[in-house]
Amino acid sequence: MTAASLTGANTETNVPLKRRLKRAERARQLKAFALVGPLLLFLLFTFAGPIAGMLWRAVADQEVRQVLPQTVTALAGWDGKDLPDEKAFAALASDIQAARAAGTIAIAAKRLNYAQNGFRTILTSTARNLKASPEPGTAKETLGKINAAWRDRATWTTIKGASGPVTSFYLLGALDLVRNADGAIVAAPPDQAIYRDVFARTFLISLAVTALCLILGFPVAYLLAALPPARSNLLMIFVLLPFWTSLLVRTCAWIVLLQSKGVVNDSLHWLGIIDEPLRLIYNRFGVCVAMTHVLLPFMILPLYSSMKAISSAYMRAAASLGAPPLTAFLRIYLPQTLPGIGAGSLLVFILALGYYITPALVGGAADQMISYFIALYTTETANWGLASALGAVLLLATVLLALLYGKLVQGQQVTGGMKN
Amino acid sequence: MVTPALVRFSGIQKTYDGEHLVVKNLDLDIRKGEFITLLGPSGSGKTTTLMMLAGFEVPTEGEIYLSDRPIKNMPPHKRDIGMVFQNYALFPHLTIEENVAFPLSVRRVDKSEAQARVKAALRMIKMETMAQRRPGQLSGGQQQRVALARALVFNPQLVLMDEPLGALDKRLREQMQLEIKQLHETMGITIVYVTHDQSEALTMSDRIAVFNDGIVQQIDRPDALYERPVNSFVANFVGENNVISGSVETIDKGYCRVALKAGGTVTARAINVSGAGAATSLSVRPERIAIIPDGASGDGANLLPAKVQSTIYLGDHALAVLDVADNAEFMVKLQPGAHDSLKHGESVFISFRPEDCLALDPV
Repeated sequence: MTAASLTGANTETNVPLKRRLKRAERARQLKAFALVGPLLLFLLFTFAGPIAGMLWRAVADQEVRQVLPQTVTALAGWDGKDLPDEKAFAALASDIQAARAAGTIAIAAKRLNYAQNGFRTILTSTARNLKASPEPGTAKETLGKINAAWRDRATWTTIKGASGPVTSFYLLGALDLVRNADGAIVAAPPDQAIYRDVFARTFLISLAVTALCLILGFPVAYLLAALPPARSNLLMIFVLLPFWTSLLVRTCAWIVLLQSKGVVNDSLHWLGIIDEPLRLIYNRFGVCVAMTHVLLPFMILPLYSSMKAISSAYMRAAASLGAPPLTAFLRIYLPQTLPGIGAGSLLVFILALGYYITPALVGGAADQMISYFIALYTTETANWGLASALGAVLLLATVLLALLYGKLVQGQQVTGGMKN
Repeated sequence: MVTPALVRFSGIQKTYDGEHLVVKNLDLDIRKGEFITLLGPSGSGKTTTLMMLAGFEVPTEGEIYLSDRPIKNMPPHKRDIGMVFQNYALFPHLTIEENVAFPLSVRRVDKSEAQARVKAALRMIKMETMAQRRPGQLSGGQQQRVALARALVFNPQLVLMDEPLGALDKRLREQMQLEIKQLHETMGITIVYVTHDQSEALTMSDRIAVFNDGIVQQIDRPDALYERPVNSFVANFVGENNVISGSVETIDKGYCRVALKAGGTVTARAINVSGAGAATSLSVRPERIAIIPDGASGDGANLLPAKVQSTIYLGDHALAVLDVADNAEFMVKLQPGAHDSLKHGESVFISFRPEDCLALDPV
């Protein structure tokens, strides 16, 4: 600032044009910044902050470090090949006694139990049976006597693996991977490997819902764009009508419609089409129907805006040049709606990825999407590390998709439209 | 020279709302190889006529024949009619080459032949180097040339142009007029051209059909239209025109004596007057009038007193605006420089020959 004003005071012509421009624009920039400031702060606290927190929790590993600090220090130099030395056993005994006094054993036990089933019992039984500090030099023997698990190298590997401060444990877990006793990454045992399935299911349902939305939304958007304004405005109100009620109400309405004694089944039965009620809800079908209904407007609106921009002269020109209606549609109209299709599909797909309430209410056990598990770990079992890791993987997948879409759109702008 | 009609409109009527006829009883023959312009103000039915020919509108009454086949119910893509739109309507997602190749590819023309024809078409409009660009990267004039190439590349029987030059600036428009005219002459195609610009129509057309109020007022060659308009609308719409109101006194051998409302009489050719005593509008072209300061009339010429309002210098010529017989916007075309001697408010006389003054229907 001072430098600028000094040179400015000297001779106006000596100041580079760029800097003079900057100075001239500064007041306006400040004003603009002040206007977006509140929103920026809001986003920082409600959006960027929580996401950063979630990403941190996905890799943070503090519990064992806090509860068993001496053990963690003692294990720092352990090569993991044999049982650790006496020093580590003594440190553990001392840590356990301190933790028992402070009542924090359960915190570490919970974390260690994630990594090795049954660790909670090892730790609590040890704490219960360790009456006094073992004599110097006898810690190894004493602990080994209390619980044979302390004579197992894997027990110590688990503690060392959980000693933080950061860990890949949760992220690997979210992808059905674990580290074995030697620290190598291997597939989790089949009875624990569920998340890949859940991710695959999440993507599959999202994909199906996106496809359904596109198939149902395209003609509606076309109609909206083609009708005269008065009627298209009326139709637009119907498209936006679902937004007038809450998501919960709309989802519950589907339960009323689709349940075995619901409106649809009763009608079909009354018409004599079916004898037994069809299973329309608490399965994949119900999830797809309800989610498609909820997400349809997010497909229709981008499609509509891209179709609105396509002049009717193009279709006339195509017809006059000899293209039958279907050819004209496929070669002239459809390619021009691609940006709308892309935007709508991406929007619906990303929204569907994170869907929670609808599948939770109208889906069966095998239709729960990743958000259900995130919610489960956050609220039920308080395994925030795994919940965050699942969230981080989902976020990564979403960001990659968005980047891919951005690339496609950008490529299209450079060439001024998509080739067909 | 009797060339068979390529297109025949027979008793065509068109209404959009069921109350007003936009086109009233149109009968029109378009000959093969001819450049015909549908000229008229907006709302006169000329574009509707074109759209019915293209197949985008269906006539309410009557039939259209193309090469003697009725086409009223034939969809546009089967008509084999090329069309150039006002806003070019080039497909924005395709390159120039792909745009021009489009009519060939939907007709499943052999690839190598299509390529050669596209190349030839692009050479014709001198745009071979731009083949890989997109329409958005071209100027308006270039886009219109591409639209032209696209409409011609499949050798249609007929090419329709709906105010194709309306969006271009004057200089470019005049250049494109000549280019289109040349294309028409070298390729021998039949063109139906719609415009509201009478000078464009005069420049390009073999024949002009002047539309007003859903009715063809006159179909004629440009010179005939200008020299011998059949009614006041055509006289006023095509070219500059001066109007004087009066009533017919006598008619004799194609000429009539007309008493002016403002006083005085002139002799005029009786073109569209019903008889003695009828009201009439006299039409005199600005370039057929001489200003005579002292009132010394030539033999047999009409002579009227006038008052100079103003003069306008236009480079290649000048205009004098006079007050003649209650018409305060009476224009006289002068040689450049001749306007210098005229002063505002000066009293002069104008003279014009009876054969240059047409007695038409009253406005």
